[in-house]
This record gives sequence, C-alpha cells and structure tokens, in this order.
Amino acid sequence: MLYREAGQFRTTYAEDMAIFPIRQDRIALAILLGIAFIGVPLLADFDIWPFGSDYLLRAILLPFLILALAAIGVNILVGYCGQISLGSGAFMAIGAYSAYKLGTGVHIPLASLDFAISIPPLPVLLAILLGGLTAALAGILFGIPSLRIKGLYLAVATLAAQFFFDWVFLRVSWFTNYAPSGSVNAPTLDFFGLNVGTPIERYMLCLIFVTVFAVLAKNLVRGNLGRQWMAIRDMDIAAELIGIRPLYAKLTAFAVSSFIIGVAGALWAFVYLGSWEPLAFSIDRSLQLLFMVIIGGLGSIMGSFVGAAFILILPIMLNLIPTQLGVPLSTETITHLEFIIFGSLICYLLIKEPHGFARLISIGKEKLRLWPFPY
Amino acid sequence: MVRNKLMLAAAILSGGAFASPAAAQNEQFIPILSYRTGAYAVNGVPYANGVADYYNLVNERDGGINGVKLLVEECETGYATDKGVECYERLKGKGPTGAAFINPLSTGITFALTEKTATDKIPIITMGYGRADSKNGAVFSYNFPLLGTYWSAADIAIQHVAKEVGGFDKLKGKKISLVYHDSPYGKEPIPMLQVLAQKHGFEFAPIPVTHPGVEQKSQWLAIRQNRPDYVLLWGWGVMNGTAVKEAAAVAYPRDRMIGVWWSGAEPDVTPAGDQATGYKALMLQHGAGKFPVHADLEKYVYAKGKGASEPGKVGEVLYNRGMTNAMLGVEAIRKAQEKFGKKPLTGEQVRWGLENLDLSDVRLKELGFEGMLKPIKISCSDHEGAREGRVQQWDGKGWKIISDWYTANLSNTEPLVDEISAKYAADKKIQPRDCSKES
Repeated sequence: MLYREAGQFRTTYAEDMAIFPIRQDRIALAILLGIAFIGVPLLADFDIWPFGSDYLLRAILLPFLILALAAIGVNILVGYCGQISLGSGAFMAIGAYSAYKLGTGVHIPLASLDFAISIPPLPVLLAILLGGLTAALAGILFGIPSLRIKGLYLAVATLAAQFFFDWVFLRVSWFTNYAPSGSVNAPTLDFFGLNVGTPIERYMLCLIFVTVFAVLAKNLVRGNLGRQWMAIRDMDIAAELIGIRPLYAKLTAFAVSSFIIGVAGALWAFVYLGSWEPLAFSIDRSLQLLFMVIIGGLGSIMGSFVGAAFILILPIMLNLIPTQLGVPLSTETITHLEFIIFGSLICYLLIKEPHGFARLISIGKEKLRLWPFPY
Repeated sequence: MVRNKLMLAAAILSGGAFASPAAAQNEQFIPILSYRTGAYAVNGVPYANGVADYYNLVNERDGGINGVKLLVEECETGYATDKGVECYERLKGKGPTGAAFINPLSTGITFALTEKTATDKIPIITMGYGRADSKNGAVFSYNFPLLGTYWSAADIAIQHVAKEVGGFDKLKGKKISLVYHDSPYGKEPIPMLQVLAQKHGFEFAPIPVTHPGVEQKSQWLAIRQNRPDYVLLWGWGVMNGTAVKEAAAVAYPRDRMIGVWWSGAEPDVTPAGDQATGYKALMLQHGAGKFPVHADLEKYVYAKGKGASEPGKVGEVLYNRGMTNAMLGVEAIRKAQEKFGKKPLTGEQVRWGLENLDLSDVRLKELGFEGMLKPIKISCSDHEGAREGRVQQWDGKGWKIISDWYTANLSNTEPLVDEISAKYAADKKIQPRDCSKES
C-alpha cells in the first residue's frame, strides 16, 4: 500500500527517463533533501539538541558528507567500471595539495630561462574545483595501465600511485610551500567575499558539493557513458565487440572518478581538517574508501552514502555506547572491542548480502511494493 | 522479534550517542586525548596512565582544585589526526564550562587543532612537542608548548655534542645525521638544525623514516656508508626500539646516538636489550625516578586501588611526563581561579592562568615535584616558559643522568620563531597581540 505504483502512468519519453520515475521515490528524496538543506540548519539555528552541538555537525556530518562524495568517486571506478583501485587516497591528496597550491599562489621559477611562472592565489572555490581537475589528469595518467592489466594486477598498479604520491607530498617541499614541518594550513574559506567559518556554513558548503556531484554522477551512470563503463565491467571483450572503445571508456571512468575524489580530498583538507600532512591521505584512507563502496554496494550511488555512514559512523557509535551506558571500560578495551565488533559485522554482512546495503535497500523496496500481499 | 531488537538497538544508538551530559555544576572538565592502541601504544600507555593518575590524585587528596572537582574523560586517538579532531569535537563542550584545555599528544593533531582551538577559545597545551613557532604567544594566543619546543631540543642536543667533541669550534666539518619520523613531529627540528649547521659549520643530513617506523634498514645502511659522527633520533613508539636495534646491526656506536626526549624512555630501549647500552637521550627536565609526589600517589591513589598503571611502572620516564603535563594544567587552573573565582572556569579564563603561570622552587616543593622540574614562568610573549634539559644514558638497567643542565640558546631559536610565526600570522591574517598591554 505504501509503495503502490498503480496509476502512475508515463506518457512521455522524458517522464520515462526521469531519474526517479516513481512518485514515492521522488517524495522520499524531496523529504530527505528538505531535512538536509532546511531542517538541519534550522534545528542548529534554534539550538535544538543534538543539532545545536558542534559535535554532530563538525565531527560526524561533515566527514560523512565528504567521504560519501569520495565514495561516489570510487564507486564510479570500482563499482561501475570494474577497475579496482587502491589509490583513492592518493587522488584525494592530489586534490588537496593542488587546491592548496592554487589557493595560495603558484610560483615556478625557471632559472635557466630567467623567467618565472606565477599564478596569484585563486578564489578557494575555483582552487577546489581545479584541484579536482588536477586529480582527474593524474587519474588518466595512472589509468593508462588499466588498458593492459586487470583486476588484482591493476589494484597493485594503483597502489603504486598511492605510494608515489605519498612520497611526493612528503619529499617535494614545493607542494607544501616549504613548510618546515611539512604540515600545511588551508587558506581561509572565502567564497565571493563570504567567509565560510561556522560549522553550519561548512556543512552547507559540503552538502551543496555532494548534492550537485551525486546528481551529476547519477545522470552520468544512467547515460551513454555509464552504460559503456558497465559493459566494460561486465565483460570487456564483449563490450569491445559491440563497438565500445575500452581506451575511451576506461580513461573517462578514471578521469571522472579521480575528479570527484580530488574534490572530496580538497574539501577534506580545507573544510574538515584545516591543516594536514600526507598521513591524512595514506593507504588507510584508500582502503577505508574501498570498504565503503563494497559495504555500501558496488555500482550504486546511494550505496556510497550508506557505505560511508556505516564505515565512518559505526565505529564512533561503538565507541560512544559504553561511555553513555556508564559501563566502566578503559579506552583500549573499547577500541579493541570496536575492532572486533566492526570486523565481525562486516564479515556477517558480506556473507548475508555480498552486494552490500544498496541491495538490501532495493529488496526492501521490492517488499514494500508487494506489501501487504507478499508471495 | 528481529524488528523489535533492531528498534531497540537503534534507540540505544541514537539516544546513547548524543545524550546531553548531565554534569554536576561544581566540576571542571578536562579531556584526555590518548592512544593506548596502535603503533605508538608502547609509549602512549605509560603517558596516559601518568595523566590519569595525577588528576585522580588531585581529586582524592585535595578534593579537586579549591573544591572544584576534576571531571576527566579519555578519548582514544590512535595517533590519527582525523580521530583526534573527532575526539576534540566530542569532548570540547562537556562539563559545565566546557574543556579547560586540551593536550593532543600528537604534533599532527596539534597542527589540525591550532586554528580550531583559537576559535573555540580553548588552550592547547603541547608540553615538549607541538609547533615550535607557537612559543610566540602574541601570534599563537592559545598554544602552549610548555617546558621546551623541538627547536630548543635541537639546540640542546647540539650543545651536548659540542661538549663531547670539545667545544663549538670542533664541530666544524663534523657530520651529524638526523633519523626522524617522517611526519610534522619529526620534521619540526630540521630548520633549527640547518641554522645551527650553518652557524657551527657541521654537515647536517636529515634521514626520514616512514610511519610507523619499523622499516629502517636502508636508512641505517646509508648511515653505515656515510659514518656520521653523531646520529640524532627523532622517533616515537616502535620506531625508537627499531632504530636502536638497527644501529646495533650496522655496528653504529650507540653512545653516539642522541634521542630527543620522546625517544628516551624505557619502552624505547628495553626491546633492544643489551644492544641499547650506551644509548643517550635528552630529558625534558625530568627523568625516571620517584619524588615526593609519588608517595602521595601511593597513599591516595594506589592504596585505594584506583591507579591506572601497574604499580611497578609508576615513576618511569613517560609516566612522570604525563604527570608533569597534568600538573601544569592543574596549576594553570589554580592560578586562573585566583582571578576569576573558585568555580569551574572556561577555556579563555584558563588561558589567563597559563599565561600567568609562575612555578617557583618553593611551589614545586609544595607540589612534590622538587628535583624533578626547574622553575617555570610563562608570559604572554613566551609560551614556552622554560627551555632546559639534560642528557641521560641507558646503562642496560636504567637511565643515568650524564650531563649538567643545558639551556637552549634563545639567540639561535628566536629569529626562527619570529620568522615562522610572522609568516603564519600573515597567512592567517592574525593581528599579533601587543603583549605589553596584557595584564
């Protein structure tokens, strides 16, 4: 009853091709966006618990949004195009460091030519987007091996990207503006004369980025390009036989994915951390993003969000519960318990539902469609 | 059934996680950021125990600070910057007045929090670590690298080397390498050592070791080839013990290795066994050993079974450092209470207490820290307060103090502090405070 589609007729091609052809989906999404865009700021503004506290906004929602964005990027590459990547952390780092360089001004002295290339500090928004673009270029470069190698071998090749860029940002002090400690500070977040400083402003900024990119990504994977990616993922030789160029399909997947991951990296550095070092984008981050995609659901934009929430928020919750219940456990016991529970939950989930949360949600939707007359 | 269970779990999750803290009104909240797990746990655990025990002692022995009980909560960071930020956000608003101050115990977390704490008006105490330029309190209003920065440490280390080789003029042409943890922590001393190398004419070579530091074979092979006269070690956790073992493997004399004060505790040398004999390290004033305050701890905390550590480990280097760290924070609150009243204070008020902190020999004796620390006086322009250290040597069983007190040479460190902090102020558009007008 809740989810009956009877009577919803589509009379034009445009309606048939809509992102959300079912009315209930549209309503649910509108409510969700309404809560995210209007509800949360209002609740925070009126100081309504728990939204009034900085903690929820700054320590949970902000990293959730940014990592969800990165997970969308990883999902395009791994979930839609089937190119396993362990280099996502590196692409986040490229986004972050190039946005940092562009945001603080680039100066390349060419001593032999007695000439220097100087770019004045760019507006932060532009710097973040260009950071994504730089990551896209690097993504294309490191995607080239994918034309010859597949699967685990490709994963190892992208792992090389991870270690290479870790090394570059640690070693080449030009990228950190010669900061003595190698830790850099993001420029102040000014957008068109507006300073984005408070937690709620930062939240809104990330929310806008995530929404725009999620919609773009969703449309992309539904369209011609997305279908090419999926064809390559499902069977590359068959795809080639029906006229899909693997070179084009694979490299676009790398480019789009790295672009989104790069933007997420810039946001992670500028908006969440404010000051960072290469360790913030280490191999741990790559694995975390890959787990998000696997748990959330390969080949699902929504799955990226659910996966990000699971991987990021569950450990925090597991950490908070004993304290809140007043159970006197030492922090190391809690941390070890957290590892055990988290690990077992992942195993259980992947055995029960190898396609991740996205599949669970679509099963739920199927059931709702038939409710109350299951068969 | 399943659904009910799920609902219950969801209720616990959502309700439990965000329950607003119901705190008593006469309590001062102090967050503890620590790491008892991960690659740095061997050093993180004794430190965290020292911190926890000292707060406990203040509550048990004195009933708090002038009747204001200390309310502490620990949060595990695992030395990860993003987890540290999460912990900070979680704990900063707790208690009736919010966090009094925060000790991140990681240079990376310090960097990430520097801007946030200034906005939230919560002092960030980084005793013996953190960013060295934050000594300049006019720019870094809320950072307090008490007792010594890495630049002071670098200066002291070179002073000791100069003494061993027979004077600063003998440093010319000597080769000194720095084996460091490749993170902000390890990189901090490099600019200072470069300045000193230029001044004294020694050859300086920085040798990075990647996180967490268990893989250092190639670095020590390079040292075997290059044969530096001295090796400075800027490591932490598992990296220290590994470095000592690798030095033994390439037969580099351990008595020509000098660790920073974070590389000079028991867990750093015991894994290497006999190979560590002769290894030297700086001391952040105090070393291992028991002082009058430990007797109080025994009486008020351990006798009641409330101690955090194994009793045998009380008095180790890092345990003592944790205690010292906690004591300085407590004394800052006590100082601030003189001005703002005997009630829970906000971070901004505690900052005043820190900037006016003045621990004389007499006061240190009252506190039971006599012989452990030298007097320390903080001011608005000098957030470091004291820059003294000694050198200790591991004789296979314990640390032996082998040098007199060194005081870091301000004429070496100050120009660098001014330069880097001015750059930070310009980047962040901070108008430095006029410290002559601060009361």
